[in-house]
Amino acid sequence: MRAFARLLDSLAFTPARNTKLTLVRDYLRETPDPERGWALASLTGVLSFDAAKPAFIRKAVEARVDPELFALSYDFVGDLAETVALIWPTKPGANREPELSDVVDTLRGAGRAEVQKLLEGWLDALDADGRWALLKLLTGGLRVGVSARLAKQALADLGAVEVAEIEEVWHSQRPPYADLFAWLEKRSDKPSPDAPARFRPVMLAQAIDEATDFAKYDAKDYAAEWKWDGIRVQAASERGEKRLYSRTGDDIGHAFPDVMAALNFEGVLDGELLVMTDGRVVSFGDLQQRLNRKNPDPKTIAKFPAGIRAYDLLMDGAEDLRALPFAARRKRLEAFVARLKSSRIDLSPLQPFADWDELARLRASPPEGDAKIAEGLMLKRWDSVYEAGRPKGPWFKWKRDPHLIDAVLMYAQRGHGKRSSFYSDYTFGVWREDAGGTRALTPVGKAYFGFTDEELKQIDKFVRDNTIERFGPVRSVRADKDFGLVFEVAFEGLQKSTRHKSGVAMRFPRINRIRWDKPAREADELKTLERMLGA
Amino acid sequence: MPRYDQLLCPGPAGLYCPPGDFHIDPVRAVDRAVITHGHADHARAGHGKVLATRETLAIMEARYGEDYAGATQVLKYREAVTHKGVTVSLVPAGHVLGSAQAVVTWKGTTMVVSGDYKRRRDPTCAPFEPVPCDVFISEATFGLPVFRHPPDGDEIAKLLKSVAQFPERSHLIGAYALGKAQRLICLLREAGYDKTIYVHGALEKLNALYESFGVDLGPLSPATSSKKQDFAGAVIVAPPAATQDRWSRRFPDPVVCFASGWMRVRARARQGGVELPLILSDHADWDELTATARELKPDELWITHGEEEALLRWAALNGQTARALSLVGYDANEGET
Repeated sequence: MRAFARLLDSLAFTPARNTKLTLVRDYLRETPDPERGWALASLTGVLSFDAAKPAFIRKAVEARVDPELFALSYDFVGDLAETVALIWPTKPGANREPELSDVVDTLRGAGRAEVQKLLEGWLDALDADGRWALLKLLTGGLRVGVSARLAKQALADLGAVEVAEIEEVWHSQRPPYADLFAWLEKRSDKPSPDAPARFRPVMLAQAIDEATDFAKYDAKDYAAEWKWDGIRVQAASERGEKRLYSRTGDDIGHAFPDVMAALNFEGVLDGELLVMTDGRVVSFGDLQQRLNRKNPDPKTIAKFPAGIRAYDLLMDGAEDLRALPFAARRKRLEAFVARLKSSRIDLSPLQPFADWDELARLRASPPEGDAKIAEGLMLKRWDSVYEAGRPKGPWFKWKRDPHLIDAVLMYAQRGHGKRSSFYSDYTFGVWREDAGGTRALTPVGKAYFGFTDEELKQIDKFVRDNTIERFGPVRSVRADKDFGLVFEVAFEGLQKSTRHKSGVAMRFPRINRIRWDKPAREADELKTLERMLGA
Repeated sequence: MPRYDQLLCPGPAGLYCPPGDFHIDPVRAVDRAVITHGHADHARAGHGKVLATRETLAIMEARYGEDYAGATQVLKYREAVTHKGVTVSLVPAGHVLGSAQAVVTWKGTTMVVSGDYKRRRDPTCAPFEPVPCDVFISEATFGLPVFRHPPDGDEIAKLLKSVAQFPERSHLIGAYALGKAQRLICLLREAGYDKTIYVHGALEKLNALYESFGVDLGPLSPATSSKKQDFAGAVIVAPPAATQDRWSRRFPDPVVCFASGWMRVRARARQGGVELPLILSDHADWDELTATARELKPDELWITHGEEEALLRWAALNGQTARALSLVGYDANEGET
């Protein structure tokens, strides 16, 4: 438990992905079975408990600590689990420190009524970091900034294999993953991935380089289709097992019971998960109503019905199509989808074109219908086999040009790691006129990339020279009609938002250009953004 | 027996002794001052006469220059001096080099001003000595039961593990210039770290002073170099503010560390942009504060600068008479910043 607690503690303070990867990889290397397997299960979300509710933890601590001292401490620390972890009185002669596997095994066999006593016993035996880790584990959700994908990448690094190989076998493995570690440490063969409805590593597209690629490739070799603005999914239904995976192999079926119910086939489809009403796609904003909801209520499902727009077929019945060329797979896919006659699964149509120029025109002004809200185009070589990863050449994505607005820098926050001495995260705003006719800036987004190191230095200096107020790591920067720094901000789309004061939220905003030359008063108006929402 | 506040009482310049006509750690310039230790919020320049340990006087001179006081008087640990019938002696407080508790005795009453103190071992200074007394005036910087500092060895091990794990990065440790920096360096040496440790210019004078008092810091070098890669894998010690400053850009992708008792609380570490918090404090934690009060069993416990409320509650629960002294001018951020 001590090593696991140390790992969680380090991860919680580490912002950089590469550093997190090193921390997880080294932990997995240094920790014996089955401890590391249980740790991996909890990092990937395979294992989670909600054995202890906050009220329950509070009751336990108030039996040990004077309530007034606890209240003063909680007030200072601000987080219940952390306060309890820190304040829990040490008990000389307590039991041996439990291992993670002890906790897991014991909890699995324990009744609800026994949990209180178990929890207290463990808290007595652990140190402050261990108590914090235990409480995080028992309340569900470690929240240390590690995704399942990152944990799998660390696992791949441990065994010096591609992460696609991990993804392929992942769903046939169960914690504490002794076979998986044995393979990665070259003590045994690769475990069989042969589990029905297992995840197949997905094929990804490279971004096209307009300057060079079109000259290199022949338009006749490629099929084009619209790039749908949803989330990439893999729908697998084999021998009675049904699964819906994200493109990183996370099982997301629980959030889409309506889609799961439509998987009435034998095979594996690759496609885009979209919110569709009467066969028409609606915007990404509506899809977001469905994302990250573990158990959506029937009302939300009815209002935002989800479906799959299929664009590839990996398994047709028991036949693996991945080694066939795209042209052949496409024919099989068309027949497959036609047979389904499902209102929730349709086909992503191909967009015919004669040459690259015609395709460029289509991209610039897409035809009426769903294509209008597509993100751009996908190009797939007719002869491309389905290959995991992001090979260069067979598949390209050609996104639409981003939206651009001019906004004024309002707040800057210090970065982390390499950027810890730089103000590198910027909140920017546009002008809004209030009821009284006064123009004021209202924040519309935040961006922390899109500029060079040299530009970062210049912006950092601007922030330091023009600071009005400081709030911890954040500085507010002078921004008014007579003075301010204008950023040209690029973003992919805009959604209505109730969480932001401005009422809009940008997708994927980044700094496109720094407009040292542009007066702040000439930056864009909120109205301009609101018009984009309507479009 | 006189009332206790006839001997020591809070005044506008800090804790004052009317019969002896002197202050202890006054926050503004006074005629006569007893100084417990060299941190800037306790030791200020401009007093008429200063009584302190030799180390504390040397620290004040290093920081403020030769003219930091009208006149000075050295008092060795446990040696007594009597002024207008009030006897004063200085006893080790275990806080930083030269730090002392001020023991004040008058007409059979003994009051001990702890200054800042800690009870755990520190290779850079003499350990705290408990003195039986009628009133113990305790600091309360970490006077909340959530503050229980882990063993130093665990924190140093955490640091050395990170240094080994990320050899391409540097470890930039924020540590208060007086006391914490030198203690940290000593603890690293004790753990077997014998490479050159790089230090910020603001630490050099105090490092030299510690060494002149026999504290061996091992190989040190100023953190100046034209090439970033020279600092890959290096340990650098700097005052906390410098770790977020433009000065720190000379280091390759630094792991920002901060050695402080405040690092016990995660939100504090996160606010400061700290990636590796090291819980290392020169102040008594909750257990040390309460154990000391239990051990001394003073007739009255007076509590000053810090989290007074929780200690008052503890005293009430444990049948200890206590009061909070409202002294202003002391920095809650652990001595100095």
